[in-house]
Amino acid sequence: MEAPAPILRMSGIGKQFPGVRALDGVDLRLLPGEVHAVMGENGAGKSTLIKVLTGVHPADAGDIELAGRSVAFGSPLEARQAGISTVYQEVNLCVNLSVAENILIGREPRRLGRIDWKRMRARARELLARLELDLDVSAPLSSYSLAIQQMVAIARALDVDAQVLILDEPTSSLDADEVDRLFGVMKRLKDEGIAILFVTHFLDQVYEISDRMTILRNGRLVGEFLTSELSQVELVAKMIGQELEVLDKLHGEAKVFDRPLVEARELGRAGAIEPFTLTIHEGEVVGLAGLLGSGRTEVARLLFGADHAGTGQVAIGGEPTPLRTPRAAMSHKIAFCSENRKTDGLVPDLTVRENIVLALQATRGWTRPVPREQQDELVGRYVKALRISPADPERLVRDLSGGNQQKVLLARWLILEPRLLILDEPTRGIDVGAKAEIQRLVAELSSGGVAVLFISAELEEVLRLSHKVAVLRDRKLVAELPNDDALSTEVLMETIASGGRDR
Amino acid sequence: MTTLTLGGGRTIPARYVPVLVTACLFVAMFVVGGIRYDGFATGQVVLNVFVDNAFLLVVAVGMTFVILTGGIDLSVGSVVALSTMISAGLMAGPGWPPYVVIPLVLLVGSTLGLIMGYLIHAFEIQPFIATLAGMFLARGLCYTIGTESIPIDDPTFTAFAQTRIDLFADLWISPSVLVALVVVLVGAYVLHYTRLGRAVYATGGSEQSAVLMGLPVGRTKITVYTISGFCSALGGVLLSFYTLSGYGLHASGMELDAIAAVVIGGTLLTGGTGFLFGTVLGVLVLGLIQTILSFQGTLSSWWTKIFIGLLLFVFILLQRLFSTRTRR
Repeated sequence: MEAPAPILRMSGIGKQFPGVRALDGVDLRLLPGEVHAVMGENGAGKSTLIKVLTGVHPADAGDIELAGRSVAFGSPLEARQAGISTVYQEVNLCVNLSVAENILIGREPRRLGRIDWKRMRARARELLARLELDLDVSAPLSSYSLAIQQMVAIARALDVDAQVLILDEPTSSLDADEVDRLFGVMKRLKDEGIAILFVTHFLDQVYEISDRMTILRNGRLVGEFLTSELSQVELVAKMIGQELEVLDKLHGEAKVFDRPLVEARELGRAGAIEPFTLTIHEGEVVGLAGLLGSGRTEVARLLFGADHAGTGQVAIGGEPTPLRTPRAAMSHKIAFCSENRKTDGLVPDLTVRENIVLALQATRGWTRPVPREQQDELVGRYVKALRISPADPERLVRDLSGGNQQKVLLARWLILEPRLLILDEPTRGIDVGAKAEIQRLVAELSSGGVAVLFISAELEEVLRLSHKVAVLRDRKLVAELPNDDALSTEVLMETIASGGRDR
Repeated sequence: MTTLTLGGGRTIPARYVPVLVTACLFVAMFVVGGIRYDGFATGQVVLNVFVDNAFLLVVAVGMTFVILTGGIDLSVGSVVALSTMISAGLMAGPGWPPYVVIPLVLLVGSTLGLIMGYLIHAFEIQPFIATLAGMFLARGLCYTIGTESIPIDDPTFTAFAQTRIDLFADLWISPSVLVALVVVLVGAYVLHYTRLGRAVYATGGSEQSAVLMGLPVGRTKITVYTISGFCSALGGVLLSFYTLSGYGLHASGMELDAIAAVVIGGTLLTGGTGFLFGTVLGVLVLGLIQTILSFQGTLSSWWTKIFIGLLLFVFILLQRLFSTRTRR
């Protein structure tokens, strides 16, 4: 079947930011009636490409053609008037206004300058019906879930005669049912002949919904592919530009661990976790596997002194040591990267350098500032080692992508040269490439003698990295399994499900 | 939570709850006053609250616009004083007629508001700081006109000021009350039936979203400060009807009364939620407190401040509870 002519064609797009070449010779074409995914790691240039397309940033080089005519938009408003509507990752609506207003504000139906509320509500209902939604359009938007708010944002985007709809990570805060619903809407719009540009981190979703994809790496075009002709493994390889095989060999040879670093002896806390015993040796990676809420984070918090232990004790290097506060744990070189990097870790308005130095400064006390040369030296080293991109220590952390923010947080703790590093979900919500790098880093740390307690919901990841896996279930440590050839994700799932009774 | 369930399965949308609370408070105060004091529970007592606070009501309308966008205007009291000063100065000195003076005063107030709005928008200055500067500036300008109180004896002006509009059954209001009510009605119409009004609510709800939705946020912000400046100037004119004088110390601290009235009327200080009708009730509650104290007779007028302070605490707490409940 002959493909229809593209509605939108971007060719040779280049964009330079101070110190960074964000886009270089990127082509993109969107066909009517197709869902087109733009794939790439964090920092590959996906967001920049969208921003250039919608007029947020001007392009330095290249042409944009819409329906055969050359265009250049000065603002998102101009782009929308030309038929390119964007729905951003964060829902950008006013939750204090009614649903109808959110869809139509700025172009309300009026009679003699007076807003015609009746017609406005009718029009809003019509637009929502197109998405098979039936809402009370006079209710405030805040009374609906995020998923519905996202749909309302789409309804707003469609009110102007949209030919191109851009969905920038629309699914990142939705649950499975809500994603299904969104996909239903996308399929309908596709059938109406609208070209949809879809950006997401979830590979499964790309395969479920998209027809075609364009892959970017480091601001350059890797290529355009039909989704049906590219396997997931090939896709990942193209995105990160290397194979993941290296990682599988991370812990090829069996090692013997004989120098216990931190021992938890019948450590427990009522209501959080039942008393458990766990020994972490120097250089050992211990994985914690279990369902959400099984007590994984609680174990980490006890070992870091963030919670008080009700029973038992912690021994460090064989000596019983009370860990009453995180400060005490830090003085014993225990570091904890929490799972909420946004809320309890990074300060978005400080620079990369300031964020990295923060913990080091805190251990020295405020009266002894870290000399600037030492800061620059340390930060430069870790920015390079962790491949934080852009490699500019004076950039604000909030301008970095999620994966790079995570690396900054890691760098902060690594600078303290911890002997035990506790990582709680370090790879959640970041892309494949950054994930691989963080995993590689964990492996390197471990061969350098640092013990790592690694918590992740992804069993493959736990299995790939850990020397031994502790399985938690219902706030109880039910099994401790050596990571030998016999251990597989199936065995782990079995153990989580059965509670380790068979073993 | 978006609705409040009542007995019998009826519900009230959550956004009306704060206004209803204020309305209940006003009724309760009126009933208590009526039981405690002879001659309190008459229509004229309520009308007198309007007569005595017409200027505050007008200023509070402007303040409501500003607070709905999430801003604040501290300059209103000073602009009121400056307006009384300009009016009195021009009528007493060169003897200009009121129909020239009043439009001029309104123009000066609006221009001051426009400048502050422009500064806030163009240089992204905190409204608190920009209007604080405006507050000092306008207050200072009063003393360049004169340091003493200037009486107004223009015959047209005094005649208008002393007019009583008789209603039925011995009830009366002043022309200022009519002016204030017209301002309220026009304000309410603008807020609910024009694009400007809806942009005010959207800006207060989320400025960033409003920008991304393509709304003229900058123009809206400049406009609300201009409206507030206009209302302050008009409030100043009404105040000079009321006192028949211009004085640099008039209306000191009035910006705080206006903010208090808006907050007690149920408008969220963070912006985006509230009604002008609530502001009317807020002004009435403040006025009624004064009336009750004057009926009581034994308490000094400073007790007004104490009661307003307590009320504010309660209402801000209510707002807090209310907004955390709706966010969830």
